[in-house]
Amino acid sequence: MTSFTPFPPAAGARIISLGGYQPANVVTNDEIAARVDTSDEWIRSRVGIISRRYAAPDETVADMAVVAGGKALASSGLSPADIDLVVVATCSTEVPIPNVSAMTAHRLGIVSPGAYDLNAACAGFCYALANASDAVRVGTARHVLVIGAEKMTSWIDPYDRSTCIIFADGAGAAVVGPVADGEPPGIGPVVWGSAGDMADKIAIPDRRSYMYQEGQAVFRWATTTMHPIAAQACERAGVAVSDLSAFVPHQANLRIIEAIARRLGVPRERVADDIVHSGNTSSASVPLALARMAERGELKAGSPALLLGFGAGLCYAAQVITVP
Amino acid sequence: MTDQEILAGLGEIVEEIAGVPADEVTPSKSFVDDLDIDSLSMVEIAVAAQDKFGVEIPDDQLKDLTTVQDVVNFVAKNAGDSA
Repeated sequence: MTSFTPFPPAAGARIISLGGYQPANVVTNDEIAARVDTSDEWIRSRVGIISRRYAAPDETVADMAVVAGGKALASSGLSPADIDLVVVATCSTEVPIPNVSAMTAHRLGIVSPGAYDLNAACAGFCYALANASDAVRVGTARHVLVIGAEKMTSWIDPYDRSTCIIFADGAGAAVVGPVADGEPPGIGPVVWGSAGDMADKIAIPDRRSYMYQEGQAVFRWATTTMHPIAAQACERAGVAVSDLSAFVPHQANLRIIEAIARRLGVPRERVADDIVHSGNTSSASVPLALARMAERGELKAGSPALLLGFGAGLCYAAQVITVP
Repeated sequence: MTDQEILAGLGEIVEEIAGVPADEVTPSKSFVDDLDIDSLSMVEIAVAAQDKFGVEIPDDQLKDLTTVQDVVNFVAKNAGDSA
């Protein structure tokens, strides 16, 4: 067999552009407190959320993926024909088939790209970004549209206080392509892994059930095991933690985010806290936070930012990126 | 490790994590009802206690430790086991 890939291998991959989408419906803590035994103060103190967005009943994961992906594509300066691969990280699709990625590509006018969905739950975007980077470096794709899109409210019991205050809907996207000749990689080596022995800690037990989460166990796992993974991603990228312009962890719970940041040694002002007004949108949370920070001018182009995804599986992944 | 030493160490942990002055962390106090400490802070206290005393407090046992004295007893008992 001859060695052949459709594109020349690249020295490295980078994020070219970002895009985010949030549904119109803003849900406040008071609205949730009207149906379950909780309060604005309780929710803020436990998870740090003030409001979150819920998709409309007829709004699908693909609908949200299309908007976020379309924005990233538009700001990349590329045309749909330039995209060879579309990867959608999601764990909340309405149905298992067809996948979201092929539909999303079709609706964006991307003709016959490779297209697959990836389920690593809240770590999904970081996994997909690593796959996209590898595809560009090897030459199996030149440009990849990577999307995290979730309609978590499909799988959340609106009367379960332990989950309904946290989870929300939305999408975030990035266009990934090769770095220019002589430029260093803009997506660093991924550090990923899983802890399948804790699979039952965050789960949808069967098709008639809502999502279940063992809050204390997940909190302990995330706050004690994720900062070394994040530190390792920095080390492999050759970036000192003190040089990070931003730390964008999965927006799981503000107290988890702050605990990881504290142990990692990242000053609070450099830590993404998009959860406050977006809730926990699983695989969408990292790219959505990035896109929203970029829109507000909070990201410094060309600087290193650390991404960290972690959640059901339990799965986790971290990498350093160069801010587009 | 005497009970008094464990109590003093626990007081430091609770002050650092929950902002409750260490001298208010007395044996009969309930974490939830008297010290206003929630379930996630209890996990942080358990993790810090493990670092400080070398005693692991698993989640399924943590829920039964409602008072300061309960934690002191648990640490005293299990520190002996692991020593």
